Amino acid sequence: MTVFTVVQPGLFTTIQDLGRPHAIASGVPTGGVMDRFAHRAGNLLVGNAPGDATLECTVRGPQLAVERDSLVAITGADLDPQLNGSPAPMWTSFLVAAGDRITFEGRRVGARAYIAVAGGIHGERWLGSVSTYVLVGRGGLAGGPLAAGDSISAARDAGGASGPGRELDRHLRPDYGDHTLHAIAGPHAKRLDAGGRRALFGGTFMLSHQSDRMGYRLDGAPVEMPGDELLSFGLAVGSIQVPSGGRPILLMADHHTAGGYPVPAVVASASLPVAAQLAPGDELRFAEVSVETAVEMRSAALKALDTLKV
Amino acid sequence: MQIHPLGDSALVAELGTKLDTALNTRAIALAENLKKRRDVRQTLAAYASVTVHFDPDQVTLAALAAAIKRLAAKRTPVAEPGRLHRIPVVYDGEDMEDVAAALGLEVQRVIELHTRPIYRVFLVGFVPGWAYLGPLPEELELPRRPSPRTAVPAGAVAIAGRQTGIYPWPTPGGWHLIGRTTVRPFLPNSDPPCLFRTGDRVKFFAASA
Repeated sequence: MTVFTVVQPGLFTTIQDLGRPHAIASGVPTGGVMDRFAHRAGNLLVGNAPGDATLECTVRGPQLAVERDSLVAITGADLDPQLNGSPAPMWTSFLVAAGDRITFEGRRVGARAYIAVAGGIHGERWLGSVSTYVLVGRGGLAGGPLAAGDSISAARDAGGASGPGRELDRHLRPDYGDHTLHAIAGPHAKRLDAGGRRALFGGTFMLSHQSDRMGYRLDGAPVEMPGDELLSFGLAVGSIQVPSGGRPILLMADHHTAGGYPVPAVVASASLPVAAQLAPGDELRFAEVSVETAVEMRSAALKALDTLKV
Repeated sequence: MQIHPLGDSALVAELGTKLDTALNTRAIALAENLKKRRDVRQTLAAYASVTVHFDPDQVTLAALAAAIKRLAAKRTPVAEPGRLHRIPVVYDGEDMEDVAAALGLEVQRVIELHTRPIYRVFLVGFVPGWAYLGPLPEELELPRRPSPRTAVPAGAVAIAGRQTGIYPWPTPGGWHLIGRTTVRPFLPNSDPPCLFRTGDRVKFFAASA
């Protein structure tokens, strides 16, 4: 059931789902999509379950030749998607026909776009997930990013659970242009003195070129966190690690499962989709919120997705 | 015990701050116990802490923290000893001569000391298949190399601080390489893919090349 043939793969396009949470016992990160909101929205728009796989397209999207009539949706970053050379809608389900071509003209807002196809994208299952994990070379398509000539298949027949023209209300779409990441005080917040707090929550950071699905190295004023060496402990996505040089690392989907650097703050679930939409060179800042506020923000995002449930 | 939020959907329950078998045993028992809860998605026992990933739709951080404190106050049942892995090592690592010189020991003595203990797996994590083993005999304690190697081969047996470990695959690394083994701690086609579980025991023995 080939849906697309890859004409050009784009910068880094991978098959991702919601990841493999049970793999952390083996040191394997949960992984999965970087922007869970956009992924879930795309799946719901085409009538899929939230856990179905989508294509995660990074900064420069792929060129895909459509092989089979399908219902699709493109969500997440605006990489200027086109259908046969005319602008394709975003956050909206639409039909494509065999012979059509999906292309992306360039990055406008955000860094990662998601292509959802009714029936879900087929991938190699590893430890309960089809998410591509390039470090081990498992999941997705042979464990790596798409290459020219690859065939992308649907996981199953769509069954017409949804139709074209369904869209996520404009005011419910994330504002990827606001690079403020809300963060909750972490296990080692007490190690920050006034200067450290100012550096972390008052300053602006820039994503360095050493930034990928594992994590973002952030350039900015150093964050001093004096204290004894720590025993390694289990980490979570969104953790801000500060190694001895004071240059923070924001842990993303494929992060190390454990580490011994202090964690002064952890980005709230509701801000992770915005974090996922950052690329090297982008600036960001952290704003402290309470756990309670973070939980409310998370619920609001889930309510926005509920509007798409059939 | 201290409980710290790790974002809005995870927390760290810290049982102590020392490298200690009893603390690690308690962390493993607590992690297993918490997995039975419907509001807990996943747990990871580390040296002396448990990281708990939970569903904020089902429980608040405060309520879960209170439940964890109640659980941790109970006496831990006597744990079964972990599985014992016997690992053959050819002690011809790139850093062996330097390690012996830095410690003021003969190479043979380094081998004797490294093969003497039954090590404990205190934590599986960092990268896939990596197991932190310890405690290493005090006589072998060295700080990490000042600059990490850009590539350490799979199967390299290494030491740093009071710990030892086996590199699961080619990766950068800052530990001192004292030997190599044919045992592969991480096999992607196995389920689970990691040979070691937290709480397992590991005994190295010297093998000929």
